[in-house]
Amino acid sequence: MISVEHVHKVYPTRTGDRVVLDDISFSLGKGEKLGILGRNGAGKSTLIRLVSGAERPTSGSITRSMSVSWPLAFGGAFQNALTGLDNVRFISRIYKQDYRQNIDFVASFTELGLYLREPVRSYSQGMRARLAFAISMIIEFDCYLIDEITAVGDAKFHEKCATELFHKRRDRAMLIISHDAEYVRNHCGKFAVLEDGKLVFYPDFDQAMAAHTHNLHLNAQ
Amino acid sequence: MREILTRYGRHNIGFLWLFVEPMLFTTGVTVLWTLSKSVHGSSLPIVAFALTGYSSVLLWRNMPARCIGAIEPNLALMYHRNVRPIDIFAARLLLEGGGATISFVTLSLFYIYIGWLEPPEDVLTVIEGWVLIGWFGCGLAMLMGALAEKSELVDRLWHPASYIMFPLSGAAFMVDALPPAAQKYILYVPMVNGVEIVREGYFGDHVRVHYDLGYLFAWCVALTLLALTQVADVNRGITPE
Repeated sequence: MISVEHVHKVYPTRTGDRVVLDDISFSLGKGEKLGILGRNGAGKSTLIRLVSGAERPTSGSITRSMSVSWPLAFGGAFQNALTGLDNVRFISRIYKQDYRQNIDFVASFTELGLYLREPVRSYSQGMRARLAFAISMIIEFDCYLIDEITAVGDAKFHEKCATELFHKRRDRAMLIISHDAEYVRNHCGKFAVLEDGKLVFYPDFDQAMAAHTHNLHLNAQ
Repeated sequence: MREILTRYGRHNIGFLWLFVEPMLFTTGVTVLWTLSKSVHGSSLPIVAFALTGYSSVLLWRNMPARCIGAIEPNLALMYHRNVRPIDIFAARLLLEGGGATISFVTLSLFYIYIGWLEPPEDVLTVIEGWVLIGWFGCGLAMLMGALAEKSELVDRLWHPASYIMFPLSGAAFMVDALPPAAQKYILYVPMVNGVEIVREGYFGDHVRVHYDLGYLFAWCVALTLLALTQVADVNRGITPE
C-alpha cells in the first residue's frame, strides 16, 4: 500500500515559486494499476519521483508499506561512464542482489551482446531503453512506477516489455504515467488526470480521456 | 552501499592514478624545494619536511576539490531512493583520503629505502596528526560540496581560497621559525595544528612544535556537524534528472 497525503511540491524558478503539485492525496493498494494522464509539464514525472522517494515533497507525506521501484523511464538511473555490465552490478549491489544471474538475464533480454562491455554513453537511445528496462526487471518490487517507458524502441522491444511487466508481473501494483492514452487504457484499472497541480480521479477511462482531451484543447486555444 | 567505490575503479583503466598523481606532485615539490634549498627556518632534512608538508596539503585540499560538484554527474543515481548525496560524498572522500594516504606511506617507505629519509620517530603521533587532517578535510569537503550545490560561487571561490590557504597551512614552514607574535595567529589556522602534529611524530625531539589539539579537534567537530546539516538540507532539495 502506498498512501500519498496532502502532498505539495513547489519548485523555485526565476519568476517565483511554481506550484507543481497542489494538495494531492491518493492511495494505491496491492495489485492496483493506476494510470495518470496529463499534458507535458503537468507534473507527472515529479509525482512519480515523489512516490518513489527519490525526491521529497515540499509538504505532505508519502508512506510506502510495500516495496516500490525507482521510476522506470527509458533513460536515467545509470552511470553513463560505466559499461552496461557495470551498471547491472551496481544496481544489483545497491538492492543487495547477486549480480551474476542478473547479468545473464540482462544479456538475454537486451540482446546487446558485446555492447554490454561498452560505456553506456556510447549507446543509442533504443539500446539504452533496452538496458534500462532489463535492469529494472532484475529487481522484484511490489509496485512498479512507470514513466513513459515505451516512448522509444521498436515493436519487438515493446512486446517484450509488455510480457515482462503485464504478463509475468500481473499481480503487482503499478503507477503508469503517459501521454499515450491507449497504453494507459490497456493496462490500467484506475484512471486520473493531472492538470494544474490537481489530480482528479475518474470512474472510467472514457471520462478521464474526455477530461484529458479537454485539457489539451484548452491549451491549444 | 559502500560498494559504490568500485565504480571509480573502472572510470579509467589506471586507477593507479589515484595515488600516482599525488605521489608525482609530492615528489616534484620535494625535488624543487631540495634544489632551491628553500628557507624553512630550521635545520631539518628537506625531504622529510616537504613530504610531511605537501602530503598534508594534498589530503585536506583534494577532498573538497572532489566533493565540489560531486552531485551533478551522479544525479541519475539519485533515482534510487537508497542513494543519497552523503553516499556520493562518502565514496569520494574514502577514495581521496585513501589515495593521499597510500601516496604518503608509499613515498615515505620509498624515501626511507633509498636513504633520503630517516624513519619517523613516533609513528603513532604521525598517524594521529594525519587522521585529524583527514577528518578536517572530510568535514570541509562535505560542507563545500553541499554548499556548492546551492551556489556555484563556492566552486569559483574554492580554487583561489585553497591557493591562498596553501602558504598559510603550515606546509612550507615550521611554526617555531616564525616570530612569536605571528605564531599566535598562525595557529588559528586549523591545518597548521595538524601539520605540526605530523611533524612532531616525524622529527620527535629535533623540533619544537606548537599546536593545540583541542582547537583542531573542535574545528573538526564543528565542521562535521555543520557539513552534515548542510548535506541533509541538500538532500531535501535534490531533483534527480
